Amino acid sequence: MNILEFTSLVWFGSLIAGFLGSLTGLGGGVVIIPFLTLALGVDIRYAIGASLVSVIATSSGAAAAYVKEGFTNIRIGMFLEIATTMGALIGAALALRVSTGIIAVIFGMVLIYSAYLSSHPKLYRAGDDHSDRLATILRMDGSYPSLNGLIKYHVQAIPGGFGLMFIAGALSGLLGIGSGAIKVLAMDQVMRIPFKVSTTTSNFMIGVTAAASAGVYLNRGYIDPGVAMPVMLGVLLGSLLGARILAGAKTRILRIIFAVVIFLLGIEMIYNGLTGRL
Amino acid sequence: MPGTKGPWTDKRIEKILGNLLRSGVIAAAIVVLAGGIIYLIRYGANLPHYSIFHGVPSEFRSVEGIIAAAVTYRSRGLIQLGLLLLIATPIARVAFSIFAFALQRDRIYIIITLIVLAVLIFSLAGGGL
Repeated sequence: MNILEFTSLVWFGSLIAGFLGSLTGLGGGVVIIPFLTLALGVDIRYAIGASLVSVIATSSGAAAAYVKEGFTNIRIGMFLEIATTMGALIGAALALRVSTGIIAVIFGMVLIYSAYLSSHPKLYRAGDDHSDRLATILRMDGSYPSLNGLIKYHVQAIPGGFGLMFIAGALSGLLGIGSGAIKVLAMDQVMRIPFKVSTTTSNFMIGVTAAASAGVYLNRGYIDPGVAMPVMLGVLLGSLLGARILAGAKTRILRIIFAVVIFLLGIEMIYNGLTGRL
Repeated sequence: MPGTKGPWTDKRIEKILGNLLRSGVIAAAIVVLAGGIIYLIRYGANLPHYSIFHGVPSEFRSVEGIIAAAVTYRSRGLIQLGLLLLIATPIARVAFSIFAFALQRDRIYIIITLIVLAVLIFSLAGGGL
């Protein structure tokens, strides 16, 4: 396989990963890293660097549209980015120190957990009507547009959400993924932020979180132009196509299939990590 | 263009933020694509070597090195420049937010945003890690 064939294959695989990642809301990173490492034999460090770059592209591209729609809460995002960027920096520092086998095993466990989360969607627990003191000081309470006009919401449990965001950032920095699933969990389950606000604000934060570890990876030579170029262009195009179709698509069956695929990839990553093949 | 005049409301800031992010991604994608095409024309027939980690050559690791490589029309330098533009896009978004919160005289959020920007710049400078 020469470079032209390798690039085309990576581009096409990334296109599919970006497309499915956007339809299911899990992002392209969870598929692209197993694809590069397990199927094409790319070293996991190059795969992480390339995935991280594609995460910035899809997040920023989608955020541009969401921010204008008025769902994204920029104050909540900005505040929680303190936790995610510091977590990401520590995650990237850790990635430089632990063996690739351990990274593969952790990656596999995150995949299995994501598969579980995706197949067991949680119900939104509406928060209390009263305002949290910290949320008032930080001016986080907001409103979002609906068919019946603006709906107001109150933010709760900020320290808990902040802590979980730190973990989300660390996993993003360690594994080169957006870890959007954990960010959404922190916002809608812990902080009781409405689901649509949680998902769009999570997406808004993903780019900044990934940028915090991308700097470290760039300096350490993990971001290779030959791998990152087809990954970034493929995932970006795939996720744009996915977002187009998402409006009218029934995603329940797709989510279940995707959860099974991610679960199996997770097992394979753990197996390869433990046997020293990655 | 609506939203570009008048007071600095959250709505207007959101609009500018959205445009900033979109133009950053588009510019980055164009530069990466241009570099990618030149790269494939020059090296398409060579063999890839990604199964063993060597790390990217040092000139493609720092901001100065990448710019130097890109202006001499080296294809991989051009790709890295595009990727650098991409990494810079969320950083520019954070920098603009400081400016926007300053116009709103929102002291708490100026400080919060400055902390995030400091972490990002620390990382891009190599992270010292």
